Amino acid sequence: MAATKKKKAAAVTWPAEIFQTLKDADIGQVSYVPDAGHSDLIKSCLADNRIKTTRLTTEEEGVALSLGAWLGGERSALLMQSSGVGNCINMLSIIEETRSPLLMLVTMRGEWGEFNPWQIPMGQGTQKSLEDAGVIVYHVNDPDDLSETVYAASQIAFNTYRAVAVLIGQRIIGFKDWRK
Amino acid sequence: MAAKKNITLGRRAVVARIVKDRGDMLMVTGLGSTTWDAAAVGDHPNNFYLWGGMGGAAATGLGLARAQPDRRVMVLTGDGEMLMGLGALATIGVAAPANLAVCIIDNQHYGETGMQETHTSHGVNLAGMAAAAGFAETTTVWTKKDLETALPLLYRTKGPVFVDIKVTTDAVPMILPMRDGTAIRARFRQAVLGDRAYD
Repeated sequence: MAATKKKKAAAVTWPAEIFQTLKDADIGQVSYVPDAGHSDLIKSCLADNRIKTTRLTTEEEGVALSLGAWLGGERSALLMQSSGVGNCINMLSIIEETRSPLLMLVTMRGEWGEFNPWQIPMGQGTQKSLEDAGVIVYHVNDPDDLSETVYAASQIAFNTYRAVAVLIGQRIIGFKDWRK
Repeated sequence: MAAKKNITLGRRAVVARIVKDRGDMLMVTGLGSTTWDAAAVGDHPNNFYLWGGMGGAAATGLGLARAQPDRRVMVLTGDGEMLMGLGALATIGVAAPANLAVCIIDNQHYGETGMQETHTSHGVNLAGMAAAAGFAETTTVWTKKDLETALPLLYRTKGPVFVDIKVTTDAVPMILPMRDGTAIRARFRQAVLGDRAYD
């Protein structure tokens, strides 16, 4: 527990770093289903008048929206929690079949210190499901690696026209200690 | 109940009438019959044909409309395809793209899988759902006269616009457009973006 407590006490800079990375990667649209782990990044995107944000009802809309944005010449990013990956599986086929880019930033649940057993099935299956659906996956557990990984993922996505997901480990986000 | 009204419009005549006025409109068609309809009435580089991703047509149109705010964007899809992605109505209602129209060719059946009834056969009112989601203009078309009234909505009225067109289940020839997704994507982007399509 000491490590988790220390992490929580330190200033959290990775959401701001990822936001800057999205700007550097020329992302014009961001769509999202909220997650606590993404809340600071979502706030930054909402406050930026050059990023068009779209709040979704379900994550698969964001996959289709990303294709539409690309058809119109705009790069986009899709933010979600790992449970939302399961909602995307069939829609990912339109990205692969059209060889269009997709950049997904996924905050993980059900993998590190999880309290809620109902989060385990999808959390444990997130990476496998994405890979089976043809998505290139980077799983990051060190906050110092995050923004560089997001940038590298954006280059693969938009320069090689592929679906790429960055999984932001639950170890980075920190987990609720339900004993408190 | 609205669903009991007499339906007389044929889907191909309706789609032919709609695209006659297309100008430089960009069109996304949904998996199934509307993709065949669009091909049957005249292939066009400004058509993006979905052959998969059922439920994704409206959201694809939203992403395109936001990326190309100066172009009119129309989603042409079926009732079954729209019913699979109803959440997109709320997402579009809130995003409120002024240049987006969603047009449903509503035969009240799943045409590709054996003509099973959809919920619109049983009173579900898609235009009413779109209105409740915040679309700027919504209507249901039952007659030729209704269709003529709806055309300016599709092309000129500040959106998002939602037009549900009731059509018969009469059989029509199956006419297929190109189906290679990479080719459809590349042709469409070339038409919209010119040489920037290959950046």
